[in-house]
Amino acid sequence: MSSIVSIKNLTKTYANGFQALKGVDLEIREGEILALLGPNGAGKTTLISIVCGLAMPSSGTVLVGGHDVVKDFRATRKLIGLVPQELTTDQFETVWNTVSFSRGLHGEKRNPALIEQILKDLSLWEKKDNKLRELSGGMKRRVLIAKALAHEPRILFLDEPTAGVDVELRRGMWAAIERLRETGVTVILTTHYIEEAEEMADRIGVIRKGELLLVEEKRALMQTLGRKALHLELKTPIILLPPALAALGVTLGADGRELVHEYGNGAGDARIGQVLATVEAEGLSISDISTRQSSLEDIFVSLVETH
Amino acid sequence: MMNIEAIKAIYYFEMARTGRTLLQSVISPVITTSLYFIVFGTAIGSRINEVGGVSYGAFITPGLIMLTLLSQCISNGAIGIYFPKFTGTIYELLSSPVSMVEIVIGYVGAAATKGLMIGLIILATASFFVDLTIEHPLLMLMFMVLTAVTFSMFGFIIGIWADNFEQLNLVPMLVVPPLTFLGGSFYSIDMLPPFWAAVSHLNPVLYLVSGFRWSFYGISDVNPLVSLVMIGVFLAAGMLTLGRIFKTGYRLRK
Repeated sequence: MSSIVSIKNLTKTYANGFQALKGVDLEIREGEILALLGPNGAGKTTLISIVCGLAMPSSGTVLVGGHDVVKDFRATRKLIGLVPQELTTDQFETVWNTVSFSRGLHGEKRNPALIEQILKDLSLWEKKDNKLRELSGGMKRRVLIAKALAHEPRILFLDEPTAGVDVELRRGMWAAIERLRETGVTVILTTHYIEEAEEMADRIGVIRKGELLLVEEKRALMQTLGRKALHLELKTPIILLPPALAALGVTLGADGRELVHEYGNGAGDARIGQVLATVEAEGLSISDISTRQSSLEDIFVSLVETH
Repeated sequence: MMNIEAIKAIYYFEMARTGRTLLQSVISPVITTSLYFIVFGTAIGSRINEVGGVSYGAFITPGLIMLTLLSQCISNGAIGIYFPKFTGTIYELLSSPVSMVEIVIGYVGAAATKGLMIGLIILATASFFVDLTIEHPLLMLMFMVLTAVTFSMFGFIIGIWADNFEQLNLVPMLVVPPLTFLGGSFYSIDMLPPFWAAVSHLNPVLYLVSGFRWSFYGISDVNPLVSLVMIGVFLAAGMLTLGRIFKTGYRLRK
């Protein structure tokens, strides 16, 4: 797959001296959904702002569809749709006007049929004549998406698309984004919600303090960094962990009521059978068994902590 | 290649905003000016001698139109770009394939259009109160258009500079009225002592009012050509300032 966005050694230092990006390299593949994860202030929004034209890079290059975002901004910005993090809307405008305005700004002739389709896809058609201030937060968010799509971009940037959106709406938003991807649009989203990245993304990039720590296929990331744990609940609590179990790496938890055996992490041999046999041999009786898989969230936290 | 669609989009969007606020943006200047005509033109004006062979009510008409034109254009130009800055919707302008020149044409064009519309409405209102003659209608229109564009541009610069509504209103509320009142709107500067007449020449509005009045009655405080040149100077100053703003990305792009 070819890169539709190519970022090379990008740095950004703001006027107040704060260095928001410290040499980021990133290739975004055409048609993928890339999630950028990172704590607040990591540089996610700055990165997006530079690609979209809201901020100027301090050094480095960004190519979109082969065009430089600074020198050839008309070509790159036509390819990009941006959904900002804040719910910034013209309160007194109607949905229809504000979405049509966005299309015009991008140099496209009016196309009522297309706008109608976009509004219908985002369940906004009934609200087309409503003023934006009459809409709920979730609807405003969808209006912002409609505005970003009005000029038929090939790349869509979503900065925290589901911040402050309830669960049902969030699901709806994910479905809408998935449909977009099916039409070949490349989607880049930033998020705090690991669940969101886990659910939608093909690849995941983790940013921290202006540096891109890694970019990986979601599955590969889960496999290499994912951990599993076997939890054995004991009928009667014990005080000392039998040495035979300790030798297998088992730990004692929950006030002596639980044995925990961690495995996975690409290590291969899980030795579950051995652990169970040893528990049996030590005469411990088990009331319940469960396994837990570390989520992307755990992976993320451990990544951000270790770096 | 200019992004014509974007200019159209901005222009129509701004004009639609004007349409929504028609009452406050048109009715209020018309009422204010009518009051001026009633008080100065009819009530007091009937006791004032002619100025330069023109009745006092007719004499003040060009100045009153200028007063409204200047404050309207500055306010409209300022609010047009300040509002997106304030609400945050400016992200869209900055991430669109539009150049700063196109943004200016759209916003300044709309602000100037609105100012001109109000100016013409006031001219029509004036004709109900006083006998107007317009010796040079085309030049009169040219004075109006040039002034409207120039001061909408100044408004745009103020809108970019302003951080809050107070700063936004500073110039149209605190700077324009004194300059207009002291710029020969209500009197000919010949009536002033020589020192103050000379000082008046430092007031840019004098040139606007004088040239504009000349296009009506053929009388002026300064040579109409000088007025035209001065408007050209103001226009150039506005353009240079804007050019600088865009080059540095001042207050717009981080």
